[in-house]
Amino acid sequence: MSGRGAPGPRCGLLLALLLALGALPRVRGVEEQSGGASQGFQVVSFKWHHVKDPYIIALWILVASLAKIGISSLALAAWSGAHSVPHWAFWDTGVNLSTKVSSVCLLRTPLLGAKDAGRFLPVIYWTDQDIAQAPPSAASTCAQAPQSAPSHAFVCIQVGTRGRGRVALPESENAKTATRQLQTPVSKTAAVGFVPKTPPVADLGQAYRKALGNNAFLVCEASGATGPVEAEAPAAVPRAILLNGVSVTGPPASCSSHALCAIGSPSFHLSHKVTSVVPESALLIVLGLVLGGIVWAADHIASFTLTPTVFFFYLLPPIVLDAGYFMPNRLFFGNLGTILLYAVVGTVWNAATTGLSLYGVFLSGLMGDLKVGLLDFLLFGSLIAAVDPVAVLAVFEEVHVNEVLFIIVFGESLLNDAVTVVLYNVFESFVTLGGDKVTGVDCVKGIVSFFVVSLGGTLVGVVFAFLLSLVTRFTKHVRIIEPGFVFVISYLSYLTSEMLSLSAILAITFCGICCQKYVKANISEQSATTVRYTMKMLASGAETIIFMFLGISAVNPRIWKWNTAFVLLTLVFISVYRAIGVVLQTWVLNRYRMVQLEIIDQVVMSYGGLRGAVAFALVVLLDEQKVKERNLFVSTTIIVVFFTVVFQGLTIKPLVQWLKVKRSQHREPKLNEKLHGRAFDHILSAIEDISGQIGHNYLRDKWSNFDRKFLSKILMRRSAQKSRDRILNVFHELNLKDAISYVAEGERRGSLAFIRSPSTDNMVNVDFSTPRPSTVEASVSYLLRENVSAVCLDMQSLEQRRRSIRDTEDMATHHTLQQYLYKPRQEYKHLYSRHELTPNEDEKQDKEIFHRTMRKRLESFKSAKLGINQNKKAAKLYKRERAQKRRNSSIPNGKLPMESPVHNFTIKEKDLELSDPEEAPDYGAEMGGGIEFLANVTQDTTATDSPSGIDNPVFSPDEDLSALSRVPPWLSPGETVVPSQRARVQIPCSPGNFHRLAPFRLSSKSVDSFLQADAPEEQPRTTLPESTHM
Amino acid sequence: MGAAHSASEEVRELVGKTGFSSDQIEQLHRRFKQLSGDQPTIRNLRKGSSGLADEINFEDFLTIMSYFRPIDTTMDEEQVQLCRKEKLRFLFHMYDSDSDGRITLEEYRNVVEELLSGNPHIEKESARSIADGAMMEAASVCVGQMEPDQVYEGITFDDFLKIWQGIDIETKMHVRFLNMETIALCH
Repeated sequence: MSGRGAPGPRCGLLLALLLALGALPRVRGVEEQSGGASQGFQVVSFKWHHVKDPYIIALWILVASLAKIGISSLALAAWSGAHSVPHWAFWDTGVNLSTKVSSVCLLRTPLLGAKDAGRFLPVIYWTDQDIAQAPPSAASTCAQAPQSAPSHAFVCIQVGTRGRGRVALPESENAKTATRQLQTPVSKTAAVGFVPKTPPVADLGQAYRKALGNNAFLVCEASGATGPVEAEAPAAVPRAILLNGVSVTGPPASCSSHALCAIGSPSFHLSHKVTSVVPESALLIVLGLVLGGIVWAADHIASFTLTPTVFFFYLLPPIVLDAGYFMPNRLFFGNLGTILLYAVVGTVWNAATTGLSLYGVFLSGLMGDLKVGLLDFLLFGSLIAAVDPVAVLAVFEEVHVNEVLFIIVFGESLLNDAVTVVLYNVFESFVTLGGDKVTGVDCVKGIVSFFVVSLGGTLVGVVFAFLLSLVTRFTKHVRIIEPGFVFVISYLSYLTSEMLSLSAILAITFCGICCQKYVKANISEQSATTVRYTMKMLASGAETIIFMFLGISAVNPRIWKWNTAFVLLTLVFISVYRAIGVVLQTWVLNRYRMVQLEIIDQVVMSYGGLRGAVAFALVVLLDEQKVKERNLFVSTTIIVVFFTVVFQGLTIKPLVQWLKVKRSQHREPKLNEKLHGRAFDHILSAIEDISGQIGHNYLRDKWSNFDRKFLSKILMRRSAQKSRDRILNVFHELNLKDAISYVAEGERRGSLAFIRSPSTDNMVNVDFSTPRPSTVEASVSYLLRENVSAVCLDMQSLEQRRRSIRDTEDMATHHTLQQYLYKPRQEYKHLYSRHELTPNEDEKQDKEIFHRTMRKRLESFKSAKLGINQNKKAAKLYKRERAQKRRNSSIPNGKLPMESPVHNFTIKEKDLELSDPEEAPDYGAEMGGGIEFLANVTQDTTATDSPSGIDNPVFSPDEDLSALSRVPPWLSPGETVVPSQRARVQIPCSPGNFHRLAPFRLSSKSVDSFLQADAPEEQPRTTLPESTHM
Repeated sequence: MGAAHSASEEVRELVGKTGFSSDQIEQLHRRFKQLSGDQPTIRNLRKGSSGLADEINFEDFLTIMSYFRPIDTTMDEEQVQLCRKEKLRFLFHMYDSDSDGRITLEEYRNVVEELLSGNPHIEKESARSIADGAMMEAASVCVGQMEPDQVYEGITFDDFLKIWQGIDIETKMHVRFLNMETIALCH
């Protein structure tokens, strides 16, 4: 394997070097020719020098990667020709996790996007057999993490297991301190991961992530994705899977500043209360101001400023790419007309009116003496007119207005770039020429150039999107570099259009919009995750940097020139004219729009016209020689940006609430909804056809036909073409969700319950018939009196119980364990390869395990349909029991039960160790509450035969809950109300839900991830009929 | 009917009935004539099974079209609800091919198969299982959690309304009727 991958990069780099060296001189020549003639205004200019450095770097990366594709597939072909070993299977499975998990990784992911504000997921991961072997530093980091993140933190510790799923306990002092310091609520704190090598069920991994949301993080061994198997395996943990694919790459220039800002950002992400009122962008600006002040005080030089080069080449592209790549296409194109009108006409209107009005006021003499002419004002108007995508995104993401409103404002801010670029260039060149020399030809040129710039930019974007889609079609054997292509090629589209002085923002936006469908279909699941996270990380990092640097840049006395009238009037004009423009355009639009934009929407739209860093960067670009009042413009722009971002950003949320603007509500996908939606699409296009009109639906229908017939065939992998259907996807997703909740249900009861014999389950159940204690007796004295004995009873009965059950149960358990865990704890020494993530060498075994588990699960489900609700009860009981044990154990030491559970736990730990050394392996189950399932075998038995524990009145509230749950959810009379999707998910064991599991496997026959599935394939057929007779 | 554009009363009547403007009616009438080949009715729509009419006249044509008219801004809440219900009823009948007031699994499967027939890679089998899944979902939405032996016979119209609860139909089931014929320009 390594031999195969080795020639790739070397040859690739060599090739790239040759190509780049050969290409450069020629390109330079072109640049010199056109560079010399740039007098006056030009429709298109060629600015190679402008983009040279980033372009070369990007090109190199691209060429090298492309070479790698070619070489690796060639090498593979030769290699596989030489050895006709079934090693192809490795390449096909797509197991390439994009991260090599090192022994400990602590991920703080506040940069994942503004949406994730406040989520803070430390992931701590040990691959070692035993926690004792983990490095001390790791343990201490582990201990710190949860403290700083009270509610969302998870700590995952992988512990070795032996035999019947007992924990090899963290004996070391490190681990103890780590666990002791977990301040988080017990149930949420710790999860112990035991991740056997499993076959890649990538879909499932992703769905885990989705279903569990921010409470989930994923842990997985570097060799394979996780699947249901480890959830089944006794010690497994299901809540923990690996957060894979967070690879950190970035434009080299901004990486360091990322690091810098990463320090600032988390603190805001953490402070929920502050950010719920104040937008993050505003806070960052303020922070920037403070930092700038510090720097200034220390140095008296404004050493850090937001330079246009850094902004346009490194900070802006990730944000815009992110916007384009995750653009809801249907919504965007559905409102394209509206967006375009606002973007083009609105921006021109804003620029013209603001510039002219300022000029008018200037003529009246209110501003005093300024060395400016009409053109300068128009130039200023043009750069201040454009709504800024960065600011809009930052603020609107936190406001959550409805999708249509958002897409209109946001789309406008993206698409108006062409107008801004053209207006800016035109007026700048006019100012350079001098007002008297501007001829009519120049004006015509300006108008022409608008079309060239906008359409050209779009075209460049589309072409690169095509290339990108095409390239990703052939990356099957080099999965590891797939994400790179997405970034490099879209970045190249940006640079190319920048080089041709076309609209770069349009180019990269459309590159993202056009490629998303094909790229997402082509690249592997892991790469898609990587792309998603990296993109979000880059974008949110860049955003952070931009706002902070805006603040820092403002602290520079040299750029400040104050003119009260000018500043205030600019503020007034941009707000007023924006409002007027919006109202006028909406009035026109509403005559054609199906969904009317109401007054409230208009208010939000006018108020949401935020200005931002684009304006600032443009104004800094101005040449002091040509524009005499540059400093005035700069300071006014800063004021405007601060005003809109801070003031309007602050007030827009209350405004939206006050006006009761329709918010966006997040809904779970529903199969019926998608189906009906599809039906509507067809019906509407038919109706449009019949009534003889060309409308949206008609065009969309034609486009999707074209897409299916030609584009998808060219741009998508054959395997991807098959599985690419929205309805199918939703179906898939829902199925996965069901599967997950099913597994989750299992793990809540302790995963061994799955493979237990029904008889044991029943025995567990018997306990429920024991009478409940009344709540009246819940006094401390009673507690103290009763519980001492309760502990003893607990222990004794536990022992007895175990002895009695052990013989019968252990046989079964051991047998299953041996079956299921072939060699789970064996650490594989992977060959290190930079170019290839080593595929799992135990594929066969994994598949077998997987099959077995699936089969087993289906069988057990069928047989134990009635036993399920009982199991649920058992789980409840068990939970209570566990809590009880903890309390009980604290009593003998004279501690009150009010103490923090953590403390209790530690004491109890000692306690147990002293009292019953044989029980030692079990106490791990009490650790932080998350490790429960590790020792669930013994725990469950405990639950069954300790009625004295149940008598404890402290747990009466808990008991009420369980009393409710005694009625199976689908039998409860109160359940006639429509349950929400989520509610259904949480009751995963209802027969209706389970049946959907079966078709899922049928449907996914075509999907790669289910390469084998021979046994499970048989199963669904048996379950299907039950669903069909409905 | 053939002289609808000249007989203004008839047009006015249709305006009242369907809510189209007279311009739109005239335009649709032109289109109707184009489709029918200047006959008063369009014939041979499909060799219809039960429930499909052999021929429709212009008024039927207009009525069908009027289901897709956008909701007027002047309508009050109640009217909007009524309108919504009407639209959904229309859709319901499209699913309910034997018009017994129930979308059975068989009918649903047919619809789904047809919907997915555009993609050649999706086998019938998976289309069926999707339909099954959707039915299951519908059942769980409408009935709540079912007992294991309970049988869900099909989606009734009330259930259908329930499924559609909260889904914004207004943007979905509308066609903008212009006053001019755009397709004709292309031919």
